[in-house]
Amino acid sequence: MTDLPAKTDRTLGLVIDLDTCVGCHACVISCKGWNTENYGAPLSDQRPYGTEPMGTFLNRVHSYEVQPEQGSAQTVHFPKSCLHCENAPCVTVCPTGASYKRVEDGIVLVNEDHCIGCGLCAWACPYGARELDQAEGVMKKCTLCVDRIYNENLPEEDQIPSCVRTCPAGARHFGDLSDPKSDVSQLVESRGGFDLMPEMGTLPVNKYLPPRLKDSWDDQSLLAPLLEPVAEEPQGFLGWLDKALDKLPGGTA
Amino acid sequence: MHPAPSVIVFSTLSGLGFGLLFWLGIDPTPPTGLTAFVFFAIAYALSVGGLISSTFHLGHPERAWRALSQWRSSWLSREGVSAILALLFMGLHAISLIFLEMNATALGLIGAALSLFTVFTTSMIYAQLETVPRWKTPLTPALYLSFSLAGGALLSGLVNMAILLLVIAAIFQFIWWQRGDAALSDSGTDLGTATGLGERGTVRSMAHPHTAPNYLVREFIYVIGRKHAQKLRRIAFGLTFVLPIICLLLPFSHVLAIIAVLSHVAGVATSRWLFFAEAEHVVGLYYGMR
Repeated sequence: MTDLPAKTDRTLGLVIDLDTCVGCHACVISCKGWNTENYGAPLSDQRPYGTEPMGTFLNRVHSYEVQPEQGSAQTVHFPKSCLHCENAPCVTVCPTGASYKRVEDGIVLVNEDHCIGCGLCAWACPYGARELDQAEGVMKKCTLCVDRIYNENLPEEDQIPSCVRTCPAGARHFGDLSDPKSDVSQLVESRGGFDLMPEMGTLPVNKYLPPRLKDSWDDQSLLAPLLEPVAEEPQGFLGWLDKALDKLPGGTA
Repeated sequence: MHPAPSVIVFSTLSGLGFGLLFWLGIDPTPPTGLTAFVFFAIAYALSVGGLISSTFHLGHPERAWRALSQWRSSWLSREGVSAILALLFMGLHAISLIFLEMNATALGLIGAALSLFTVFTTSMIYAQLETVPRWKTPLTPALYLSFSLAGGALLSGLVNMAILLLVIAAIFQFIWWQRGDAALSDSGTDLGTATGLGERGTVRSMAHPHTAPNYLVREFIYVIGRKHAQKLRRIAFGLTFVLPIICLLLPFSHVLAIIAVLSHVAGVATSRWLFFAEAEHVVGLYYGMR
């Protein structure tokens, strides 16, 4: 049923740290790999070795430049995948009931056996989180690795989404955002996590943590006092040595 | 938005077909026998042809029947259900007019209401989308309904009604274009809100996720033909409204009537092409392409 649940038992989602992301795209590749081999239809590629390769990806990394009014510009790498919105417009537009939001954990999924590939859910998503697979003709989207997070055949440390497991920078965090004590909720709280396009009223579950403002050369470094020369003029034994060496022929330093 | 030919054909033809069915349904002295057969055959060819065409863009047309299940939440599902019911009621009405030469008024009225509601559901598929500010307005249903009613009146030979409704549709079309051009900037959504970084400065897309265009870019960031948009608007306006009205004002002849209808259909198709091609989906912001 494409009605949205009034409330979900848990609210699983991602917290993405824009301060830490280095834009390496490792999450993109691990996502593609895991989701091609596991849940649902594989993520196809068209002309993968041709001049204009195209393929289905559930996670993509953009790169932006933010130019403040004063000072130098800042580069921000920006991973983007399904935000598993609480008020997901992609679910309610679905004519077949293939798109749904799970009551137990809030994950938005597509039942690929019922999807007719009309594409309307992708139209309704402001984030570009859904892609119609060109080979299978069904809608693909992030499953929050539903086939990993509950998979007891995997070692415990692997029971998290593939992108989170892979990120070498630790920029991606997974957890229950409805629990104020969870690590992800604490991160959002302490770092001022924010929503993308809040004006759309989608109430995204995934949050983004802002990048730190860029340092300036004028800023006082914490290490600066330690780097000061300890004494301008050598004293003691070094002072005697300095003077003694100066007296030797060959000129002064 | 990518202007998929199947969707343009669908919305052009089925809008006209259901418009014609509406006027046939409410006609107190409807045609009977062979004349009724011709009118209903045209209406069904347009509406059913349009509906079949709309399944061509589906990834899995064989599962299209599933789309009838979610009428409680989905406008697309409502469209399917409403279209089938409209065709069913109007079909019974047609049978009684053609073969029994009997006017079952109630059947016609129910069928007419369902036909109009079908056009409304089509328009709501677009008007509900927060993601396309140009479409997200009550003017979109007004546009679709006025086009359908005007086209239907034209096809059913209601000359005075057709002229009046063409003028009304022309006004809606004009206002819809005027509003649409400022809709994205008025919506307040930009790359700043999309990334949440707008308060820090001007955000610029520096690198796309991939070197080649993907499904999102092809489906949502259609920019081909934008430079001809103004010209195409004038052509659409002339063909949809001006030429048919002139033909209708001249003394009646079958040649003029056919010219009026063909011109109107070509104009509506052009207008619908612009409806999609000019629509800016907010996902384009992430690609720095707005």
